[in-house]
Amino acid sequence: MPKELWKGNEAIAEAAVRAGLEAYFGYPITPQTEILEYLSRRMPELGRTFVQAESELGAINMVYGAACTGVRVMSSSSSPGMSLMMEGISYIAGTEVPAVLVNVMRGGPGLGNIAPAQGDYNQAVHGGGHGDYQPIVLAPASVQEAIDLTALSFDLAEKYRAICMVILDGCVGQMMEPAEMPEMKPVHRENWDWNTDAKMGKRKRRVLSSIYIEPAEEEKMNLRVLNRWRTIEAKEVRYKEYFLDDAEIVVVGFGTAGRIALSAVREARAEGIKVGLLRPITVSPFPYKVIDQLTARADAFLVTEMNSGQMLEDVRLAVKGRVPVEFYGRLGGVVPFPDEILNEIHRMAKSKLSLDVHPRDAWLERMAHA
Amino acid sequence: MATENLVYDRPEGFTDTPTHYCPGCTHGVAHRLVAEVLEEMGVLEKTIGVAPVGCSVFAYNYFDTDFVEAPHGRAPAMATGVKRVMPDRIVFTYQGDGDLASIGMGEIVHAAARGENITVIFINNANFGMTGGQMAPTTLPGMKTTSSPNGRDVETQGYPIKVAEMLSTLDGVGYCVRRSLHDPKNIRLAKKAIRMAFETQSRGLGFSMVELLSTCPTNWGITPVNSLKFVEEHMVPFYPLGDYKISEAIKQIKI
Repeated sequence: MPKELWKGNEAIAEAAVRAGLEAYFGYPITPQTEILEYLSRRMPELGRTFVQAESELGAINMVYGAACTGVRVMSSSSSPGMSLMMEGISYIAGTEVPAVLVNVMRGGPGLGNIAPAQGDYNQAVHGGGHGDYQPIVLAPASVQEAIDLTALSFDLAEKYRAICMVILDGCVGQMMEPAEMPEMKPVHRENWDWNTDAKMGKRKRRVLSSIYIEPAEEEKMNLRVLNRWRTIEAKEVRYKEYFLDDAEIVVVGFGTAGRIALSAVREARAEGIKVGLLRPITVSPFPYKVIDQLTARADAFLVTEMNSGQMLEDVRLAVKGRVPVEFYGRLGGVVPFPDEILNEIHRMAKSKLSLDVHPRDAWLERMAHA
Repeated sequence: MATENLVYDRPEGFTDTPTHYCPGCTHGVAHRLVAEVLEEMGVLEKTIGVAPVGCSVFAYNYFDTDFVEAPHGRAPAMATGVKRVMPDRIVFTYQGDGDLASIGMGEIVHAAARGENITVIFINNANFGMTGGQMAPTTLPGMKTTSSPNGRDVETQGYPIKVAEMLSTLDGVGYCVRRSLHDPKNIRLAKKAIRMAFETQSRGLGFSMVELLSTCPTNWGITPVNSLKFVEEHMVPFYPLGDYKISEAIKQIKI
């Protein structure tokens, strides 16, 4: 396929269609509404299901119902809408049915604003809904990656009977870039051994539920999901490395923050500073092992995010206090410039770094004196 | 030689599962009517039920059909998801009044407004049964519950919601009636209504709902027999039985 100019949100919608999306249920919210609008045209044109729900609660439960029948189904929203979906997300996880969700993150908490942010990292990666479960979470940094990861998300969700979430910020959702679409895959209904598509004279009845009234049975379910998660951790970690071979300083950033950091890293390299970038693509499962290995040869880490340091804690877990970890963040919908991150790289290259202070405290201290 | 005629048996639509409902509760009657109708229509093989949260949370144990279990109040949204991707299946929700009329009011109203081609069996027993008899949106004025211990005071606790009347105002609704389960005659009428609701769906004639006035002896704190009397004497006058909306196309259906 030739490259075309695609807007992030619309590219995600078309990528989902080409991956065999059979039903979409959503609710308008900026900055993801173009996904809903695009699919309101595209899905009926192909004879597929599109419903604008009465709320995100409605949308996620329509996703839940359709997911139980075994078809490829998706919803999308932005931060406050994702909060509303958390109930259904927990039920979907508890029922072990595959579903794809897209969160085009905006500034928060609360109504916040509609500017690009990454404040939902913890909500996506470390839960959000109640109970023990972990979704697969993919974080694209470009329109092309948003297309590729959207297509991948359906395969991963089905393979592991899990929720696969694509989290991006308003930047990737709203910007236009040249990108290549995958080939159109026909809608294909798998012959699952779990879906509730009615007996149809072929089998015994099936029930899909998140209820395990006996605690011992619930524990079995919890362990089953946990063991599945260990397989996901072993097989599905994805990330991108830039200039890491001889890097003394390792910058870690996901999505747009990672992409901006790359500009800063390139500039620092041109100045002769040995710095590289690790950009997690699966923020869940998180590339702990990769960071663990990098810790053996790097002098320090710089975590950069568009939030108050949520992924920072996961990086610290991997580094285990062996080398200094520094943090630089912008919050509330403010997007950092590459210069801001370059300044941090300069500071780290020149000064002695501490292992004792929490990187978030040190960062706030620097901000106060800036 | 005497012959024995089998006059009462478990319908094909039921699994062999002992009931978890309290003695005297009419959920069992409502379940049976649904199972009989699905069997008589020959649609058990293509039916997918959506269970609620409440006393009937385990509805999926009793029906010999595929079933999914919805979050509290969300059954109509879940049923929408099922039916939209499986339009040739029969999809129904079975919901109580806490589920449908309290937490799930948004989902039921919009499913009805969209004219989702699903059937809703709505059990109105004027309280939250499963959590032990709290006030529901359907609790009668002055009625005592564990969360309206002095009787429902409409000044501070608001007025009951008449669901069948309310939903009947929506254009997406094809069939919307209220029946009662307090005596054999009304049970027969309820069964006919349930049949009509599923016939509405099988013909693609829009949203269908049957509201069933039901008993809750355990939480009402009265005997099963007195519970039936309570429905007749107190609930029927407040929640009049009747056909609130039957579209012209549905009126033509002859069974």
